[in-house]
Amino acid sequence: MSTSLNIALLGNPNTGKTSVFNTLTGLSQKVGNYPGITVEKKEGVCKLNRTTKAHIIDLPGTYSLNASSMDESVVIELLLNKNSKDFPDVAVVVTDVENLKRNLLLFTQVKDLGIPTLLVINMADQMKRKGISIDIPLLEAKLDTKIALISTRENKGLDLLKNHLIDYRKLSTRPTIELEHIDQDYFENLKKTFPNQQLYKLWLVITQDVNFAKIDRNRVSDATDFKTQPESYLKRLQQKETVKRYQFINGILKETLIIDREAATDLRSKLDRILIHKFWGYVIFFVILMTIFQSIFDWSSIPQDFIDTTFASLSEQTKNKLPEGLFTNLLAEGIIPGLGGIVIFIPQIAFLFFFISLLEESGYMSRVVFLMDRGLRRFGLNGKSVIPLISGTACAIPAVMATRNIENWKERLITILVTPFTTCSARLPVYAILIALVIPEGSFFGLNYQGLMLMFLYLIGFGMALISAWILSKTLKIQSKSYFVVEMPNYKLPLIKNVGITVWEKTRTFVTEAGKIILAISILLWVLASYGPGKDFSNAEQIVSQNHVNLKGEALINKINAYKLEHSYIGILGKSIEPVITPLGYDWKIGIALISSFAAREVFVGTLATIYSVESDAEETIKSRMGSEVRADGKPLFDLASGISLMLFYAFAMQCMSTLAIVKKETNSWKWPTIQLFGMSLLAYVIAFSTYQILS
Amino acid sequence: MIPLDQLTKGEQATIETIETDQLPLKLIEMGCLPGNSISLIQKAPFNDPLYLKIDESHLAIRKETAQHIFVRLIK
Repeated sequence: MSTSLNIALLGNPNTGKTSVFNTLTGLSQKVGNYPGITVEKKEGVCKLNRTTKAHIIDLPGTYSLNASSMDESVVIELLLNKNSKDFPDVAVVVTDVENLKRNLLLFTQVKDLGIPTLLVINMADQMKRKGISIDIPLLEAKLDTKIALISTRENKGLDLLKNHLIDYRKLSTRPTIELEHIDQDYFENLKKTFPNQQLYKLWLVITQDVNFAKIDRNRVSDATDFKTQPESYLKRLQQKETVKRYQFINGILKETLIIDREAATDLRSKLDRILIHKFWGYVIFFVILMTIFQSIFDWSSIPQDFIDTTFASLSEQTKNKLPEGLFTNLLAEGIIPGLGGIVIFIPQIAFLFFFISLLEESGYMSRVVFLMDRGLRRFGLNGKSVIPLISGTACAIPAVMATRNIENWKERLITILVTPFTTCSARLPVYAILIALVIPEGSFFGLNYQGLMLMFLYLIGFGMALISAWILSKTLKIQSKSYFVVEMPNYKLPLIKNVGITVWEKTRTFVTEAGKIILAISILLWVLASYGPGKDFSNAEQIVSQNHVNLKGEALINKINAYKLEHSYIGILGKSIEPVITPLGYDWKIGIALISSFAAREVFVGTLATIYSVESDAEETIKSRMGSEVRADGKPLFDLASGISLMLFYAFAMQCMSTLAIVKKETNSWKWPTIQLFGMSLLAYVIAFSTYQILS
Repeated sequence: MIPLDQLTKGEQATIETIETDQLPLKLIEMGCLPGNSISLIQKAPFNDPLYLKIDESHLAIRKETAQHIFVRLIK
């Protein structure tokens, strides 16, 4: 007969808890969200022996059961909710051998809830180097539990952990400290009022702002009315409780833990001396950033080109091999390019998360936060906003995903909202062609105008991100404790397995979650571009060949396609927005390009190529064709005024549905992507409008 | 007795009192309690945030938080 048990994995951040989880579950894990919130829920399955299967939940890292973030609330909500299907049969608290004292605080709290609790001491491989020795049997006796001393790095001690888990029923559930000793009157009184409830559980319910309405309304929740004392009194009690727990832990560790400080070699202070140096620290960070940037921008262009051509030829072949018809067209022009539009982001996402997880795993990320916090705080951001803002210059999608490690919700939200202002690589082809068209060649103190314009566009994107962050921080009314306590962990060599799993997970999430929306909108855009109402669209071939008798072959087909696009739904849409975009200096053809840019900004160039019925996508031909386009009054359509207005529109407008999709996913609501879409686009409109009016 | 933000780099001290109401509980739980040892490892440019070793924990806090912690220097 086989049995299955629920295991909850808990632990402070930086204890290698996730490594333990990865080692136990491998790729059997799945990552979702807790209902209604954006905290990641990671679960996996592990076979303990032939008959016992374990369902493991990797709870978010937490320093204690006193929740101060959404992540931490998840932990205590689960541990207090006996009726949850995930309620653990056994809790495993993972600790780091070097921070045992602090890590044990959480252990005593979990054990006091009356849940069988097992202690894992990780990073045993560090003991020798750090001069640490532990009397495990004595520590087991004092803490009244079982201990597995393990090393995920060297893959040691995991069998012992599994054996302890199988025998979980033998674990004691006796509390470690007596709350009555902290404040006799208060706790005796509490006990008398709720005689059937466990005291520590009551105490947690009283002191936490956890959403108990959502979990079952068992009798524990009545205790929230028991706030007979002011908040500051309760906080003092929490402090006393913490002191009490440390007294218990210190007493035990004095007998069981020996640290020979002479033996310790201190990698930390050596590396810190240079990595957070007031000058060199920034230089090193800058070099690391450049490397990351380079790889996202440059290295991924190789697989991206490959993906691009593969999907293009797939499209082509589908058209050639399958019989002509609606389904073939949908497949070849809607679905396949739509899928291509998702897959093309994979290299960038994978590269970014490869580097981010290296930085996280090594302990360097906390140093970056330390270096950057002061500067970014002025704008309502956080030291941790650096990575999203910088990686946004490659692509906003992985950048938005990278905001996950900003604990403060308000600062994280602001980072998500402003990241799309940074100049992503999809804007580059648009800028390139417009700059070549409207900015004169020539130079200013040896700097060429065209290069200066491009630099200006990058700077203005970054500047707008900071300005809007500042405005948002002043206007958004979000209750979010703004204190800043960042642990500076030890430096470690990253575990390749952890890095690999992170890259795999992030990429998979993007493809499955944001991918759905991207595919849907691509198909919609295709439908709008390939169908039109009325005779103009359906009889395009006839009309064009009658009006242009001289045209033949390729040229005729291009003319027909252009005519069709003009009379398709998207063409009609482009014409209908013409009155709105005329004051910006654009005509309906640019309007179509603006609308189809929602698939991806770089589509701008291709769309104009189709509209102008240019034979090839080669930049020169499109450029010269765009250059010869004139307005009704004979002036060129793309002049300095309309060109700059258009570039600024692209700089500020929210035109990327993929970004909107990922923002929806990360904020778990349509509210923020909607605000982003309208807010950014309105800003873009106003700026493009005033630019054109002033310059023309 | 001086507020923590006046400690200079490398100095060793003991936490004397803390203004409990002004500090996040998380910091207290990480060992910021009267009687524990504290030292300043590094200040970021503009003297904020502060990189500290409190008891056995290494952590960074902002200056505004450090003003609510009072320490006594160990000679």
